[in-house]
Amino acid sequence: MNITIILITLVLLAASSYYVGLKKSISIQKSDKLHSAPIYHGSLLAIYSLIVSLLFILIWHLFENYLYPEFSLSRNLIFFLSLLVFLITALSVFLKIEKNFRAREKVENIIEIFLLICSTVAILITIGILLSVIFEATRFFSMVPITDFLFGTHWSPQIPIREDQVGSSGAFGAIPLFTGTFLIAFIAMIIAGPIGLMSAIYMSEYATKKTRDIIKPLTEILAGIPTVVYGFFAVIVVAPFIRSSGEYFGLNIASESALAAGLVMGIMIIPFVSSISDDVINAVPQNLKDGSLGVGATKSETILKVIIPAALPGIIGGLLLAISRAIGETMIVVMAAGMSANLTANPLEAVTTVTVQILVLLVGDQEFDSPKTLAAFALGLVLFFMTLILNYVALNIVRKYREQYE
Amino acid sequence: MNNLKSRLAKEKRFKAYGIISIITALTLLTILFVSIFSQGYTAFQETRIQLPVYFDQEILDPNKTSDWDNIKKANFNGLVKQSLRNLFPEVSGRSNKRKLYKIVSSSAEYQIRNIVNNDLSIIGSKQNIWVLADDDVDMLIKGNINRNLPENERRIDDQELMWIEYLESENLIKKVFNKTLFTSGDSSESEQSGILVALLGSFYALLITLALSFPIGIATAVYLEEFAPKDNKFVDFIEVNINNLAAVPSIIFGLLGLAIFLNFFEMPRSAPLVGGMVLSLMTLPRIIIPARAALKSVPPSIREGALGLGASNVQAVFNHVLPIATPGMLTGTIIGMAQALGESAPLLIIGMVAFIVDVPQGFTDPATALPVQIYLWADTPERGFVERTAAVIMVLLIFLILMNSLAIYLRKKFEKNIT
Repeated sequence: MNITIILITLVLLAASSYYVGLKKSISIQKSDKLHSAPIYHGSLLAIYSLIVSLLFILIWHLFENYLYPEFSLSRNLIFFLSLLVFLITALSVFLKIEKNFRAREKVENIIEIFLLICSTVAILITIGILLSVIFEATRFFSMVPITDFLFGTHWSPQIPIREDQVGSSGAFGAIPLFTGTFLIAFIAMIIAGPIGLMSAIYMSEYATKKTRDIIKPLTEILAGIPTVVYGFFAVIVVAPFIRSSGEYFGLNIASESALAAGLVMGIMIIPFVSSISDDVINAVPQNLKDGSLGVGATKSETILKVIIPAALPGIIGGLLLAISRAIGETMIVVMAAGMSANLTANPLEAVTTVTVQILVLLVGDQEFDSPKTLAAFALGLVLFFMTLILNYVALNIVRKYREQYE
Repeated sequence: MNNLKSRLAKEKRFKAYGIISIITALTLLTILFVSIFSQGYTAFQETRIQLPVYFDQEILDPNKTSDWDNIKKANFNGLVKQSLRNLFPEVSGRSNKRKLYKIVSSSAEYQIRNIVNNDLSIIGSKQNIWVLADDDVDMLIKGNINRNLPENERRIDDQELMWIEYLESENLIKKVFNKTLFTSGDSSESEQSGILVALLGSFYALLITLALSFPIGIATAVYLEEFAPKDNKFVDFIEVNINNLAAVPSIIFGLLGLAIFLNFFEMPRSAPLVGGMVLSLMTLPRIIIPARAALKSVPPSIREGALGLGASNVQAVFNHVLPIATPGMLTGTIIGMAQALGESAPLLIIGMVAFIVDVPQGFTDPATALPVQIYLWADTPERGFVERTAAVIMVLLIFLILMNSLAIYLRKKFEKNIT
């Protein structure tokens, strides 16, 4: 017996029991005053019986599969048992329907419990992330010592097939990935920080409402563009441009460079920085601004000496959030920054990042006992905690700052 | 007073910095759009060549069976080659002929096969058929290959150029709307490749995402905003989790999908089902946070009015607060879905990145997604694929613009609702 057929039958039964409950309560309503409206009686009958019978099927399934596999009944029997459970529950609720039956309260309780269960999904997702990443990462660390991973300077995850194979020693020193990640994030922040901050200042302090209404949606477009589009832009426009201007100055720049990836990532982050700074600047109390302007300071002096110092914690928090966004970004770097690990601070060379390596290690290869694939989860673990700490610190700073002015 | 002058100059300079940075941001946005548009708009046309095809009874159906099962095994490729030789009877020599055969796409034989399949009575007649040109010819016609370059620097040599110019002078070559782009899957030949698999993959994945994250997200927002006890450790913990999930890099959700959905629950790889599930985990906090904001901005008088008239808490929320907050919550949901549509990193990890020719029939068939197709094609150096990549980006951006406009419209409606 197919599970869909069982479900459809149960739902049909629920619909008819709704109707039965409705009819009975309406007939009571004719002579007496009901506590709850008739639709609550019908709904309770339907929902309650459905939940109990579904729970029965679920528990039976677990029981059969995990506890007593040898004690297995035919699907047909389970189907009829679940129908029986449904009918018994429905009957017992049906008999309780009378003028003082508090059906509404019971239905509302069920609704609240359902809402509560839904809101725990967020916790389940976090647990899921932690479990999957930590579990596989521990397996990785049992093969490669954690110190080699965190402090090694040589990254070459290909396990050699022959002894003398060149270029693939199976080394898992992640330092080059970290430096690559931070180099690109740094370049991105050099672009996005000043541009984002200055445009936020201009928009909130100088621009008229009309200009703001035009320009704000335009910068929001930048925020809505998928990152893979930025990646394509980096490959097709920015990288060739950097390359040819490098040639002009006599520099030999690789077609994949940290500079190209960082520049484009900076463009991507501009609206992020500007919208957070905008919020933060607007939260500075008006009387601070008025006081400064009142004693004769110019607008720029007010901004530089009053608003920015007051908003500084918030701005720093926003920049930290932007950095964490840059660290976790994948598509731009995978398309524009390169694949080979390179321990360098030179933005004109190709570097690789944590996210790129996670992708490279996992796409294609699917053997789950080689250190190569497990290394991706170890990198994921590092990435998760790196962004977690950055976000936690940043959000706390922003919140403290808000409270200061509330 | 000299001091004042320099202070005012400083003021002007500072203001100029602000204007410069906004102009920089907008210029970059313009460059991005212009470069993609100028690369991609040509991909919405394809080049076709008119072939005088003689549906030779001898080649197609020598035994006069009129039975498709027999005819379908015929040498359609030979038919195409013969038509090309008829068009250019002067071409001789094996290598020259082979070069000639290459000006039409390898899909030409299937096109002719389909024509015969649709109408068997065509056998024996002579027809002019517009077949797909090869991608190099396509690029030349669209002006992406410069005819004035020296012969050894372009992909089309002088002889081929002569043929094409002859076709042009006889009006036997034309550009039409590129239907192939929207009706076929991936292909190694750029002129035959299309985005149907990616479109359907994205569509199926987004359906799953919407079906999972919308109800759960709204329910969570309603619980946290309306029912959750205040100052409760567990509720605080839920909130911390949601805020953190919103900032977790998307690739991490891909790791979760790989370890739990694929390896533990053994769901199919490359399937939109799993893609949609992974995207819904990512979208969930992005729906919850704006939905809570929408609920919070409903004036308390509405709720209190309902409670004062004797409604229960649940009735007040579901009958009075929710209807007002709905447009606001939908705005957040649509923006979340738009982000999910543009997301590719987690889909790459669960294997929705493959060379897939067959159109997916359901949620568990292998498929790609629009942003993943962009990634795949951006990797191929051929000029034909560059053009098509930019075209897919344009299609994707059109979807995103539509979704965001809808979101803005709903937001306006919501703002009207609460004032």
